[in-house]
Amino acid sequence: MSELTLTVMRLGFLAVLWLFVIVAVQVIRSDLFGTRVTQRGSRRDAGRQQQAARQAAPPPQQQRQQSGGGRRGRNTPTKLVVTEGTLTGTTVALQGQTITLGRAHDSTIVLDDDYASSRHARIYPDRDGQWIVEDLGSTNGTYLDRTRLTTPTPISLGAPIRIGKTVIELRK
Amino acid sequence: MSSTTNPSTQHTSTIGAIGAPSRRNTELALLVFAVVIPVFAYANVGLALNDEMPTGLLSYGLGLGLMAGVGHLAVRKFAPYADPLMLPLATLLNGIGLVAIWRLDQSKRLQASSTFVEAAPRQLMYSALGVALFMAVLFFLKDHRVLQRYTYISMAGALILLLLPLVPGLGHNVYGAKIWIKIPGLGTLQPGEFAKIVLAVFFAGYLMVKRDALALASRRFMGLYLPRGRDLGPIIVVWIISILILVFETDLGTSLLFFGMFVIMLYVATERTSWIVFGLLMSAVGAVGVASFEPHIQTRVQAWLDPMHEFELSRAGVVDGIVHSEQAMQALWAFGSGGTLGTGWGQGHSDLIGFAANSDFILATFGEELGLAGVMALLLLYALIVERGVRTSLAARDPFGKLLAIGLSGAFALQVFVVAGGVMGLIPLTGMTMPFLAYGGSSVIANWALIGILLRISDTARRPAPAPATNPDVEMTQVVRP
Repeated sequence: MSELTLTVMRLGFLAVLWLFVIVAVQVIRSDLFGTRVTQRGSRRDAGRQQQAARQAAPPPQQQRQQSGGGRRGRNTPTKLVVTEGTLTGTTVALQGQTITLGRAHDSTIVLDDDYASSRHARIYPDRDGQWIVEDLGSTNGTYLDRTRLTTPTPISLGAPIRIGKTVIELRK
Repeated sequence: MSSTTNPSTQHTSTIGAIGAPSRRNTELALLVFAVVIPVFAYANVGLALNDEMPTGLLSYGLGLGLMAGVGHLAVRKFAPYADPLMLPLATLLNGIGLVAIWRLDQSKRLQASSTFVEAAPRQLMYSALGVALFMAVLFFLKDHRVLQRYTYISMAGALILLLLPLVPGLGHNVYGAKIWIKIPGLGTLQPGEFAKIVLAVFFAGYLMVKRDALALASRRFMGLYLPRGRDLGPIIVVWIISILILVFETDLGTSLLFFGMFVIMLYVATERTSWIVFGLLMSAVGAVGVASFEPHIQTRVQAWLDPMHEFELSRAGVVDGIVHSEQAMQALWAFGSGGTLGTGWGQGHSDLIGFAANSDFILATFGEELGLAGVMALLLLYALIVERGVRTSLAARDPFGKLLAIGLSGAFALQVFVVAGGVMGLIPLTGMTMPFLAYGGSSVIANWALIGILLRISDTARRPAPAPATNPDVEMTQVVRP
């Protein structure tokens, strides 16, 4: 066998070996899984959003009407938005699952708030698809608008739910 | 859905869960690649040595392909969400190892020796047995948490396995290390390789229960958390066991492996740096203590400090009670003559190393024929296996699975370090085998079982969580609206 062929084979083998290593690393790169956190825009966007949130909060009167009427369809919320507190700007899509809030690490929204209990409150849909907020016996209470919750209460769009320093709202 | 965000960042993030896809097709593609590379190497050896394609090429390729294919089908059936990389990586290392062993079989120099046997066909058989055990692990071990029930049985089992080579009539002494047992009619077995896995099961089960006591009940002293005396018990016991192995079986590698594995798992379980400090101190004291009166270990240390001197003593035929070995120096020469790109398959002279060329010193063959570039690629392949093991441990949801995965991958990493470091002259040489590459039935079979257990844990860890159960309260409670 000629010297040249052997040299080509020798270098070829090393190249193929390294190619395998590189392909394997690429597989690892595309294999990340777990929690996806999508960053959306800059501080300016966040500011605009907060402003929008303030505007969107309807006056209390209107709210009462909505919750009493139980109209659905058009007014079905699709996401939950944190409007105040350390997590401001965080959104969670509402897909019919129960959302738990609290300092416990397995909560859907982990609150980093001294006034929150580890299992503070939960938000879930009832049979008709109406979203309900329930206080889970927290120390400092959960407030819907300005009233402290004592029973599971339906939430209307844009009504602020206050837990410690955190305020969340349901949005369309 | 799970989540948290970093409060200090921009506060604009959406949280969602990504389920890991099963990735079985990726695994298949990589497996094909992993079979093609050794076949290429095999053809290359034949062309370099005899100027013709080797006759066994087809059967070798088919054999390796069959092993990989059957293993892949087993994973597809029994662990569909398992890690896609571990099986191809193990297959590639095993295949390249087979080629190197076959290449050393072709050496006229080794064939002339009195103890020569064709090693490659045997190794192929052992690899097939290993893959069979790998499939058996996937088939019978449906949930790794079952192993948790056998914590103390595992401890007893591991101790028995370790003590077997000391039983008179069963033990088998090879070149000063008493780590084999002889089973009449079947050949020899190295129980230490299997004890590694069984011991990891014991450590994981034990530490899962005791980790709080080990982590929290401690006094702070000079920046270190000193554990209480009663918590020190188990680490002292394991230390004494590993020292005893060192003394009676003169097996530095296995003793280092067990103690290192325990310290790694202890550190992961308790998050206390002080355990690592203790572990290093104790292993240093133990090794120095034993080395000061055990002649077999002394030779190894001598050969490490001054390999050239040992080489000359051995060549001169000096007999002074201890066996002088020229292999350490020869291995270094092999690496040196390989240079950066190596001499090419079949064109090195690593067969000069003699009887252990295809087992303990197989890395020297790679160093000479593939050069630095090849050895680095091989070490990266090992690193990737370890990385996947650690990733599995991070992803595992139960503490037992976490500890077992980190223990097994830690043991694997330590074994690679101890062997590679020994052959390259970084640490004293120990009689251990390079996982998958080196000739040795017990090693190949045990490491395939190890990969099987890791795949089982990774399958459990990556399996998508079942759809959340509908909340019973939603159905039961009537919301009375005002």
